[in-house]
This record gives sequence, C-alpha cells and structure tokens, in this order.
Amino acid sequence: MTEPLVRPRRKNPLARTRLPTLPPQWRSRTSHELTRAAAEGRFALQCCAACGHFTYPARDACPVCLSDELVFKDAPHGGTVLSETTLHIPADVYFRERAPWRIGLVKLDAGPTMVAHLHGDSKEGDTVRMSLQIDKAGQPVAFAQPQTETPHMSDDKQWREMTADPKFRRVLVTNGRTVIGQEVVRAMKEAGASIIFVGIADAWKPFPGEAALRAMEGVTIVPLNTADEKSTFDLAADIGAKIDILVNTSEHIRGGGLLDRHGTSTSVDEIEQSYMAFLHLAQAFGPVMRMRGADGVNSAVAWVNILSVYAFANWPQFGQYSAVQAACLSLSQCLRAELRPGGVRVMNVFTGPLDTEWFQTVPPPKLAPRVLATGLVRGLKNGLEDAFIGDVAEEVRQRFAANPKALERELGQ
Amino acid sequence: MDKSPLQDFAAAIASGKVRIVDLTFTLSPDFPVIVLPPEVGQAMPMRIQRISRYDDAGPGWYWNNITLCEHTGTHFDAPIHWHTGKDLPNNAVDTLPPQDMIAPACVIDCSAEAAKDADFLLTVPMVEAWEAKHGRIPERHWVLLRTDWSKKNFRDYANLKEDGAHTPGPNAEVMRWLVHERGIIGFGTETIGTDWGQAFHLDPPLPAHHYLHGAGRYGLQCLCNLDQLPPTGAMIVSAPLKIENGSGSPLRVLALVSN
Amino acid sequence: MPGSLRRPYDRIVVAAPVTIPYARYSIKSAHWWIGRALKALTEAAGITVRDIDGFCVSSFTLGMDTGIGLTQHFGLCVRWLDHIPLGGASAIAALRRAARAVEAHDADIIACVAGDTNHTDSFRRTLENFSRFSSDAVYPHGAGGANGSFALIARNYMRTYGVKREDLGRIAVSQRANALRNPHALMKTPLTLEQYMAARPIADPIHLFDCVMPCAGAEAFLVMREETAKALGITGAKLLGTIERHNAFGNDPMQVRGGWAMDIDDLYGMAGVKPDDMDFVQTYDDYPVISMMQFEDLGFCKKGEGADFVRGHDLTIDGDFPHNTSGGQLSAGQAGAAGAYIGVTEALRQVLGTAGPTQVKNAKIGLASGFGMINYDRGLSSGAAILAGAAS
Repeated sequence: MTEPLVRPRRKNPLARTRLPTLPPQWRSRTSHELTRAAAEGRFALQCCAACGHFTYPARDACPVCLSDELVFKDAPHGGTVLSETTLHIPADVYFRERAPWRIGLVKLDAGPTMVAHLHGDSKEGDTVRMSLQIDKAGQPVAFAQPQTETPHMSDDKQWREMTADPKFRRVLVTNGRTVIGQEVVRAMKEAGASIIFVGIADAWKPFPGEAALRAMEGVTIVPLNTADEKSTFDLAADIGAKIDILVNTSEHIRGGGLLDRHGTSTSVDEIEQSYMAFLHLAQAFGPVMRMRGADGVNSAVAWVNILSVYAFANWPQFGQYSAVQAACLSLSQCLRAELRPGGVRVMNVFTGPLDTEWFQTVPPPKLAPRVLATGLVRGLKNGLEDAFIGDVAEEVRQRFAANPKALERELGQ
Repeated sequence: MDKSPLQDFAAAIASGKVRIVDLTFTLSPDFPVIVLPPEVGQAMPMRIQRISRYDDAGPGWYWNNITLCEHTGTHFDAPIHWHTGKDLPNNAVDTLPPQDMIAPACVIDCSAEAAKDADFLLTVPMVEAWEAKHGRIPERHWVLLRTDWSKKNFRDYANLKEDGAHTPGPNAEVMRWLVHERGIIGFGTETIGTDWGQAFHLDPPLPAHHYLHGAGRYGLQCLCNLDQLPPTGAMIVSAPLKIENGSGSPLRVLALVSN
Repeated sequence: MPGSLRRPYDRIVVAAPVTIPYARYSIKSAHWWIGRALKALTEAAGITVRDIDGFCVSSFTLGMDTGIGLTQHFGLCVRWLDHIPLGGASAIAALRRAARAVEAHDADIIACVAGDTNHTDSFRRTLENFSRFSSDAVYPHGAGGANGSFALIARNYMRTYGVKREDLGRIAVSQRANALRNPHALMKTPLTLEQYMAARPIADPIHLFDCVMPCAGAEAFLVMREETAKALGITGAKLLGTIERHNAFGNDPMQVRGGWAMDIDDLYGMAGVKPDDMDFVQTYDDYPVISMMQFEDLGFCKKGEGADFVRGHDLTIDGDFPHNTSGGQLSAGQAGAAGAYIGVTEALRQVLGTAGPTQVKNAKIGLASGFGMINYDRGLSSGAAILAGAAS
C-alpha cells in the first residue's frame, strides 16, 4: 500500500536546496516516437505493417520479418510482471539520490517484454497497466502500475517523479480575471494544491467572479500584469521561489484575419497579452523554477500553457490569434528545452474554441472552461506534455498528423 | 539697463515669488487608461521595456524603450482627436500654435460636491456662481475642474461599475457655454477624460470633446495637485510632444503660481 | 553423444597466457594496458613485435580507436586483424577466429589481447553508453546497469528453480578461497558464507559479493600452429573444440539458459570428450547465478539442478569440481573486456601446468566459457572452448 504523502513543512532556511539532477537522457531517433506517445499519454509501440508483430525496444527493422514498415500505434496496455528488483546502488546520480528504486520486467499482452519503473503497489506476478511517461529528463520511460486503483496510488514516490501532481504544491494562475483562470483555480484547489496565487492585472478594473475568487480559501490574489515586464518581474521577486506549478492563463482572443482588420493595434495587443506575456513570465519565473526542480515534495515541477489547437494550422476566422498562438507554441518548445535541466516539464494544453464570449459566434462543439480546467489538472496528474482537451482539439490533432495541408485548406474554407 | 519681463520672471522663480506646481501623474504601467468596450480599439497603457541597465546590453548606461497611447497618463487632447475638429486647420499636436501652450487658468473647486456624488455634473449656474465670486472667465483661459479625484486609489479613481465609469464632469450645456460664450482655450480635469464618466448618455455624447475640439480648443486630463492652485492667476504650461499628426500627447503639465 | 560435422582444429595451439596484474583504478589508458600485454606476450614467447602477423583486440575503453589504430600505435604489421566487441564472449570468439586463421595460413602468430583501463568514471560511462537498446529502454529505468538487469534474471531463475542465495554463495565463497592463492587477485581477504549472506543489497537479489569489482588490467594469449610453437621452442595447449552462439532462445520470455544449451553436443562432439572428463571448469562469472546457469547449460547437470550441483560439489582448487581457479572475476577483479579472457588464460596455465599456487593437480583438460552483452533484457553472446595440455 502506498504511504500517503505528508504535507511538506516550511522550508528550513539553513538547509541547502537540493539541485536538480536528471535521469539518463540519450535516446535513439526512432525511440522519440515513444516520446511523442508519452507526451500525449498514449501507450504506443512499434507494430510491423507486414507481419503484425509488436516490437520493443524501438527498432529500424522487424525482428520477425525484417520489414522496415514499423509503425508506432496504440498497443494494449496490459502486462504481467515477470521479475522485479529493487535497485539500492544505481550508477547514476539521479537514481542514487532516489534509491531504493524498483524496476520490473513486464511481459506485455502485446508481445514484447519491457523494462519498466514499477509502482509500489505492483509486484512480481501481478498484472499491470503499462504506460509511457515523460521522465524528469523529458524522455520516454515505461511505467507499470496496478490495473485498478489502490489507496493513495498517485502518492507513490516513483509515480510522482513522472508526474506534476498539484497535491501539496503551490500554484500560480497568472490571470484570474477570466473564467478560464477561475476554473483552473477551482480545479487546482480540488487537486489539493496548498496555495494558489492568482494574478490580477489592472486591479482598478472589476471583473466577473471577483467576489467569489477573493473569498476562496487558500487563494492569494497577487498583482500581476503579464503584459508588463516590470509587474511580472516584481511578482517573481516576491513569490517566484514559491511557485511549483505555473499555469499561464494569459488570454487575449480576438476574431479576425489580416485583410479586414484596420491597423495593427489589436494585433499588438494580441502579441502583448499572449506572446510578450509568456515571454515576461518565462524570464521572470523560469530561472528560479529551473533551480528548484528537486526541492522536495513541493519542488518546482511544471509550467502549463493553454494554447489554441490552431497554433498548428491557421484558422483564418481567428487568423491573427492563431498566428500568435503558433508563436507561443514555438516559444513553449524553447522554454521546454531551457527548463529541462531543472526537470521542470512544460505542458501545453491545446483546446478548440471555448464556450466563452470571444467564441460566441462559433458553432458548437465548444469546450466548457470547467472541462478545460479539469483536463489540465488530469494532464498534470498523468504527467503529460501535450494535452489535447475536447473533441475539436483531438480532431485537429489527428487531422494535422494525417495531412497538415488538408487541414490548412479546410480551415480556410 | 532695463530689466526685461523674463528677468523679472527668473528672479521671481528663484526667490519663490513664483511657485511651480506639477499637475502631472507619474507615467506608470498600472495607471488606469480609458476603458472602452473590449471589441473596439484600446488605448495602450504605459509599457517600459528596459534596453540596458549597466549590464551586458549596455555596460555603462541605463535606458528604456517606452510604448504608450497618445492618451495615456496625464495628457493633452488636440482638436483632431474628435470628429468635430477633424477639418480644422492646425488641429494636431505638431501644428498647434506654440503660444497656446502657455495660458492662464481658472480653477473651479467642486471637490466637496464630487466627494458627495461620484456622478457630480458641472452646470452653467455653478460656473456663474463661481464668476460671481471670482469674476467673469476671460477668453483664452483654461478652465480646470477641481474634484480631488486624483487623490483616490486607482480603483476608486476609475470607479468602474457594470454600467461604466462613474466620475464627475461637465454637462453638455456648460461645455457649449464655456466654449462659445466664454471662449476658453481648453478644459482640464483630474479624471480620465475631460468628460463626465457617463457622458456617452449626454446629448451630444461626450460634450466636452464635442464642443472643445469642434471649436479648435484643447483638453487636459488626469491632472493632479489642482488643490494647490488659486481660483485665478495660475499660468499653465502644457506643451505636448510634437507627434506627427498626433491627436494628443502625454505631457508634463506645470502651473506657475504667484505667491 | 553424436559427433560433430565441424572440421576439428588441425594441431592448433594456444600459448603464452599473460596477465598484467590488475589495479582497482588506473590513470593509464587502455592502450597502455594492451601495450603491456603485447610486450609480455613477446617476452613469454621469445619473439619480437615483428613476428606477430595477426592481431585481435577487445576493449571497452579505447575511446575512438579500433584495432587498426592500435597497429600503428604498437608498431604492428599484421596480415590479419580483428576487433571483437563481444564483452564477456570476446575471448572465445577471438580464439575461434584466430584458430581458423592460422590453420588456413592466413597468419602464423596471432596475438589475442583484451585490456581496459578503469578511471573513476569509466564504469558508469560504459553502462551509460553500452548499447542502443540499453540506452533507449533499460538504463533510464533506474540506471542499475548490469546489476539491475542480472537482478531481474537472477530473481526469476531463483524462483523458477528453487535456488537459494546460499547456493549462489557457495560459488562466491569457493572462488574467494581460490583467489587467496592467486597473488594477482584484488580480493585478499577470506569470505565466509555468513559474510556473503550478510552483505548489503545492491539490486535484490544481487548483494555485494555477487558483484565483480571493476578494475584495470589486461590478459592475452597467442594462437599458432603446433609447428610454429615447436620452432619457437614454446609449449602450447591444444584447442580441442569450441562453440559460439548469439541471441539464442529469443522466445524465452526471460533468460533461464544461455546459448551453450543449444550447442553443447557440438562442443563435446568436436573435442571428443565428455563433461566428466574435465579436470576443471572456468565459467564466465559476472554473477554467481550465471556460473550456475553454465553448470547446467554446459552439461555438468540438468537444467534446474544447478543448486543441487553446487551443494554436492567442492568448487575449490583442491575440490572435486575445481571452478574458476584464479578466483575469477568475482574475486580477482573484472578488468573490462579482459574479464572474458581471465578464464581462458587461467585454463591455459592449468593445462600447461604453469598455474603455480592455483594449480589443480594433474590438470590435463579443461573448459573455459564466455558470456556477454546484455544488450537489452538478457546476455546475448555465449561461447566455450575445451583446451588440453600437450601431453593429453
């Protein structure tokens, strides 16, 4: 049975903060298909198009028929633990600091055997549910856990290394003025976040939901105008070292493409409120989060961006918005690489049109803010890197993977 | 050798006989700007982006890039700002006559009324009552409306409710009257805008803008320290930036007051 | 036992076993260790480096160099060259290839050398960069290295066949006793079964004395035709039979046997001997459990009887089943790829009667085996050779 996590005490100011170390990072190019699956929370393995055998580890030819048509596809995630061991003296600093560490060899229902991190509640002989996870190094690893829920299951110390569970962590929601921001606050509270800092820009301007937000226990309103460099840095100076999960809810949605918009000031606003906001947040909060990636139970663990799925392909009805989202997506990849040494993951949550005022004229389906917030927290708990929430986002993901050109044409009609 | 008036003026400043009062708010990113429905174009607040601060981007010097709207912070409205003044000659900040940048002011103190009623409206009879006390408002004078609004915190200063801003200002008739019956050079307020908070609902809407700029006159807003000015006799120095075809400009507004 | 279809080795001898005494850590390069071994070979055989016309090398720590770079490094001019990256199976593979080469007169005197240095970080680096499958799919899961992988194999094997830690301990303890007679062994203190059982866990069920000690060192021998040896006035051991197998039993879900099990009939058939004829056995002992697996797979007992076998035999030099008489890797040290050679050079000394303090009385014929390359979930390479003294 998993020991429930203990709420961390206040930090001892005399104790040195443990610096982040990372598990082994090298992977073959072929293996990064597993990275893609792990990022999205899918259990995918190579499957031979010629003979139908699943193979693992990643190969460049089928070991049964030598075909090179090895396609990664979702595989049955059941398996049986053939053998297990507890590593007491691993060779590498990251694991040595976290030893004892359990691994197992799992016979997959899909066929191959898989060396996997082993959940504390799974042992030799057990059937397990396999998943691919992104580890602290940002690389794919296999994880075996019980097929059915066990008490405090998500508190398992090895599982927690693979995830960014908000439980007992301190969260900054960068914009609480919006319904999205407020729903994220609510979902974080439900997930057991210990403190939720909520950024409010232009506090002189009232906003819907303000009274409820201010009354919420465990919520601390902080002045934060992410479009403004100084405001962002000032807040980071105050609370930057306490932020374990940063949810960038900075949002600025305006319809319109290029030719029917007059002037550029709306575009500048879009860039300021989204791209520049992201950039300010990253420069202000990123360095200290990167340093605190191994700071105990409430270590810095994740950076979350809420992005439009139209970052992948431009939706001309919201053409300039899509373009800024694409820029933010690109920036998130840069941030991801730069936060990696700290073991802090960057999770992008992709959505289609939201059921909010700025998508008022868009026909359904539209994503309810609460569903987005719930999906965001689920993504953190499952350790995702790319979470596609809602039917539209999932559909666009698939269409983009299948044929980006078709997606471009069809969005433009 | 005869002393020139400017020599006298310099001596008066040096001796303190003439006091200089700064009527300007600090330009800061969090200072409120005019609030319009979000789907229309927005005034950009002050943005300060550091270029360098004795660091690798400039080892020996500190400087910033700034971006802001022509109507951010304590600012000047030129006639071209409003549709009523769009066809007037020399109606933009780069062409307006320099002599208009220095002019005397009449200060009407309505701070007591504004303290009681955020929707306080200045009317002609109120100005007539002021004239009865201080004399007729001369032509080419600024009229500055003192409300002490500038002393509030930003939230109360903007005072936004679900139906918009609630801040004191002039009614339509008094603006028409001041411009056409008194020939003022401009109208200045402590609030965000020369107009009343709910002035969209007046006839014409936003009458201060309508009448002032339609007659080639000016506006000053987001002023402070009006409580340090005498009802009459202060000299206002208000030189906007020479922005090409600019509709207005943030500026430093100074009042010269004779002790 | 059916005979082998393979052509027997035609008067091939293996001579001049050399061991460069091991060091726990060394600031020298692998090149230095290999160079010492080459020098020792020339001295042992009374030849010069110009007499060597075939060269085969194995090492994990040569950096960017391969065999060809070493020819220029050591002033070798050879007409036959090999570089064998098979880890613990390298020595048997080298022996087999060299034997056929000299038999065919492709070369006359082949120097087979394995050597590695051990800097403080060498071992971890070797683990980290061992193979693509390992880097992709094993090492990131706990970085247990060989200990982690063999722990999984050992646990399954022990459970499947009812093997107890004490049984494996008998192998380790016997080897330590042997090592105390080997002046070059790194382990110099006796080991009791109680100490073995009380050792700290490394990767359950692997405990401290199940593990080898990585070190620096080199091992080497010469392969030539009998006539060449005679002309040089040196005595070599006769090569009677060999086997080599890679990636055997790939469908076994977990490794409980090595490739030997596939080929032992061939091994003994070619040599014309039986397991019982062996005067000693040198198994590849990266872990005692692997030695036990070899007792079964090399035909000394049936599969699953390994534990009974060790309970029923004395594995020390003077015992009824002398095993890993130098102390093996477990007690002499694992000098990287030279760990593959330690059993072969010791077997040569035994059959040549030059083993000195570790000599098994009247040892005339013996077996040495190799095992290597845990590429993913199992050791892939296996090999064995039977050597006999000149008199047999």
